[in-house]
Amino acid sequence: MHPNTRSKLWLTALGWFAALVIFFPILWMILTSFKTEINAIATPPVVLAAPTLENYVAVRERADYIHFALNSIIISFGATLLATLIAVPAAYAMAFFPGRRTKDLLLWMLSTKMMPAVGVLIPIYLLFRDLHALDTRWGLIVVYTLMNLPIVVWMLYTFFKEVPKDILEAGRMDGAKPKQEVWMLLLPLSLPGIASTALLSIILCWNEAFWSLNLTSSNAAPLTTFIASFSAPEGLFWAKLSAASTVAIAPILVFGWMSQRQLVRGLTFGAVK
Amino acid sequence: MATQTSTSSAATALPAKRVGRRSVNTWPLLSPSVILLFLWMIVPLAMTLWFSFQYYNLLSPEVAGFAGWDNYSYLLTDPALWTAMINTLYLVFWVLVITVGLGTLLAVLFDQEFYGRGVARLLAIAPFFVMPTVSALIWKNMLMHPVNGLFAFFSRSLGLPVIDFFTDFPLTSVIIIVAWQWLPFALLILLTAIQSLDHEQKEAARMDGAGPFSMFFFIILPHLARAISVVIMIETIFLLSVFAEIYVTTSGGPGLASTNLAFLIYLRALREYDVGGASAGGVIAVILANIVAIFLVRSIAKNIAD
Repeated sequence: MHPNTRSKLWLTALGWFAALVIFFPILWMILTSFKTEINAIATPPVVLAAPTLENYVAVRERADYIHFALNSIIISFGATLLATLIAVPAAYAMAFFPGRRTKDLLLWMLSTKMMPAVGVLIPIYLLFRDLHALDTRWGLIVVYTLMNLPIVVWMLYTFFKEVPKDILEAGRMDGAKPKQEVWMLLLPLSLPGIASTALLSIILCWNEAFWSLNLTSSNAAPLTTFIASFSAPEGLFWAKLSAASTVAIAPILVFGWMSQRQLVRGLTFGAVK
Repeated sequence: MATQTSTSSAATALPAKRVGRRSVNTWPLLSPSVILLFLWMIVPLAMTLWFSFQYYNLLSPEVAGFAGWDNYSYLLTDPALWTAMINTLYLVFWVLVITVGLGTLLAVLFDQEFYGRGVARLLAIAPFFVMPTVSALIWKNMLMHPVNGLFAFFSRSLGLPVIDFFTDFPLTSVIIIVAWQWLPFALLILLTAIQSLDHEQKEAARMDGAGPFSMFFFIILPHLARAISVVIMIETIFLLSVFAEIYVTTSGGPGLASTNLAFLIYLRALREYDVGGASAGGVIAVILANIVAIFLVRSIAKNIAD
């Protein structure tokens, strides 16, 4: 065998081994979701005997699961939409009309992200209590919007900067008003960037588990809180919990896989290219 | 002709831009973001500071008023704070060591060509997208459970004593879970950085007879230095306030064995209703995070300059 081919085979084995070890807990959860409850806790473990869909049926039939999933969807999409609407004008202004302060402004926005949530948990909690915002969807939407706003502004800013200025210039020459320029040129041109920004924001909202655990209990609780409520009862629910978890992470996993490239940029604020 | 006119128009537009060819007032565009973020940052922080100097317990409203440094001195003499601080730093440190160490090795591995690399890479970054409460429960119930867990089964099959992870090694168990979640993040960023390494530079080093080891230590690692520092800083910010993983698995116990600063503040505020004391803890958490943040912002500032 050619030495090059052989080393490639070794690398393949090593690479796949590493990937499967890392992925194993998720794989195991997915497998468990197709087992009966008795098989799920059997020792020695049953890998996959007589796969069943009963757990998924059970999850679907539990009305409260739909309720929590709906909360997750409404909150993540609501907060993402709101953050994008607020961020687009700011990112546009900073990308195309930079002033002396633009850089400082960007860094300041970033620095608000450095604030540990625990540092402001108490005032937010008390404010929410007084405003009757505890355990409401809009309350969590507000928090998530503000939490992700710096990242959204930052990412949109880097995407807008990549839009060729000549095209906007040409549009302006043809008499496009600023509003038209944004709606008919800038937004369509940077649509892929806006989409990946929104995707990242949805992922971050969906998986957020500090504010959701502390500010919601049932009415507005998203899936993170719902899943956490399973931490108390021991055993006997593992297969159903696995099915619920699988459904909870599946859409986000797909989103994450789709946007992995832009993710690096978004999460490092462009510090790694 | 067309190109000529466009270049000439660009040439005349350029110097004009500096004076403000179209003097756009950007404040209406910027103000929503700026004002909202300002409020989001300043109001709660000011309130935390204010509460930290007040006697304020939700259970005993009759005790109220200015407390001076009492909350701080009470907190700073409370051994729980120091345990939580040490646990916080211990957790951050070990998760960083594991994720950066393994992440670098994996990034080098996934930079090589092999069959099905794209799919393998997707599998390897998957844990990052799993919500923290789910990953904590997978590890707690299915892997580390002392009776029905997979690890217990393996050690029994090998005739080894079964480890009760969350009772005997609570903090280590939390570290393992958190490291598993953050390893993909380190891998993804370091891999991106490695792939931006100039191929000619690598070729040149190979021509000069650099083996894989000298290649790694003298070419790849120095190139990764910046990316590694960014990973360390961003992870530190998030790891300082790890919460859900502890909440779901150990609830900070046994005792305070796996309580970090974030969880201690939560206990003080929402379990003991001591707003003043918890706020003092919050201020300490903010200071701790800011020390890291200053370095991070500086390193990012360097990058957006160009």
